[in-house]
Amino acid sequence: MTWVNLVIQGILLGGLYALFASGLSLIFGVMKLVNLAHGDLSNMAAFLALIVVDSLGWNPFASLLIVVPLMCGVGYVLQRYLLNRTLERGPMPPLLVTFGLAVIIQNLLLEAFSADSQGLDAGRIEDAALTITGRLAVGWLPLVTMSVAIAVIAGLQFFLGRTQLGRGFRATSDNQSAAQLVGINNQRLYGLAMALALATAAIAGVFIAIRTTFTPDAGSLRLIFAYEAVIMGGMGSLWGTLVGGMVLGVAQTIGSQIDPGFGVLAGHLVFLAVLAFRPEGLFAKQVAE
Amino acid sequence: MSLLEVRSVSAHYGPFQALFSLDLTVDEGETVAVIGANGAGKSTLLKTIAGLLPCSGGEVHFDGKAVHDLPSHVRVGAGISLVPEGRQVFPTLTVHENLQVGGWTKRLGPWTTDKVYELFPLLVKRRDQLAANLSGGEQQALAIGRGLMANPRLLLLDEASLGLAPIVVRHLYQAMPIIVEQGTTVLLVEQDIGQAVTIAKRVYCLLEGRVALTGAPNELTREQISAAYFGVRQR
Repeated sequence: MTWVNLVIQGILLGGLYALFASGLSLIFGVMKLVNLAHGDLSNMAAFLALIVVDSLGWNPFASLLIVVPLMCGVGYVLQRYLLNRTLERGPMPPLLVTFGLAVIIQNLLLEAFSADSQGLDAGRIEDAALTITGRLAVGWLPLVTMSVAIAVIAGLQFFLGRTQLGRGFRATSDNQSAAQLVGINNQRLYGLAMALALATAAIAGVFIAIRTTFTPDAGSLRLIFAYEAVIMGGMGSLWGTLVGGMVLGVAQTIGSQIDPGFGVLAGHLVFLAVLAFRPEGLFAKQVAE
Repeated sequence: MSLLEVRSVSAHYGPFQALFSLDLTVDEGETVAVIGANGAGKSTLLKTIAGLLPCSGGEVHFDGKAVHDLPSHVRVGAGISLVPEGRQVFPTLTVHENLQVGGWTKRLGPWTTDKVYELFPLLVKRRDQLAANLSGGEQQALAIGRGLMANPRLLLLDEASLGLAPIVVRHLYQAMPIIVEQGTTVLLVEQDIGQAVTIAKRVYCLLEGRVALTGAPNELTREQISAAYFGVRQR
């Protein structure tokens, strides 16, 4: 029963990773940008939620109503006025600039909130659990997180697949100059993509913050998990990212069970195994060029 | 006043100059062909008109307004649509999605997805297939259809016949009169003179980035054209 429980916990943890990674996947898919600040931006959203909770006395879930639009705005401005300028200059400048951004965000958070760990208290839901059998119970919070992750990914998938703006995202991803030739303003489109990505990063950041305590430097480790989820799932496949997140989550929970210090490493090892045997990822899109 | 006026335009790829103070005009409703050998600057000319490549000198006027400083997506909205060399359809989008994206600017005009399917019936049964899986001829038809979806006043067609079997090329060119009938002005570029001169009212022959010869196809002799094409001195 312990093992069943572990797998379930792992899958639910994977939902959180997937939620966090979906924005990363979107950004890489649309503009081939590797955003090294994604983790810290998501962590920043958690601190913004903390401010809202502390000053307005809202529930952390309600704080999303303010934090998500705010992060959308941050994403749009960041992309249009900073990152777009780096994209034209090859692959190195965006990496350096987003890395620098990550460092800046971490240090600003450290300056403003100190190195103490913080927590967001969502109330009763944090302890409440759904009892499945006498010895198996699943927490409501992970369940809600998982549902939100699936809803966000389904929403993104619908958006990319069925709306004109979504088609524009995919067209730009396929061929940037041809996209301009149908009249797509790619600078603006990239801004919208980053806005959307940071919206999902903000949701993920707040859910992570409700789940555990968080510190100003929590973003970078999370970024590694997110990349592992994206790469294991296969670049450009959102449902693949969900599965990649789950594989990572299960590996980590089982690893922690074997030895508490082994969890993160177990995740990395599974990631390496996937890279070795299926480097294109589990659900890589198969399109003949 | 001409719909398109290219006034002594120069263009560079890095240090390499591809166009030398080139002049060209296209009137509304006209079909004009630009021919020339590989490397003569034909595609470069279309790129500077569409805004994919900046002019390093000269001006491009469209409908009386200077457009040479506008980004390409704005020029599409103004009514200039380029069907690029090598087709460049969106491979991971379906045929229908390619056409839908083609209508991105929502410019009003005669062209809708239904009208494009009517023009190229071969696309109908491919509607829900990925563009990557189409044959070369089908991709070219799709690229033209996508260009038309922008409802352009000026359609720029870059080497539509490249790499296609003659019968496929003939089939594609059969669509041209229908496009022109809708009031669309066409400026096309071809290496293969055969098809181009049958539909063009005027021909520009480029040689090494300059206009070597211009005139109506029926007023030009084959000798004149091949002399201009290959850069052989006329005596």
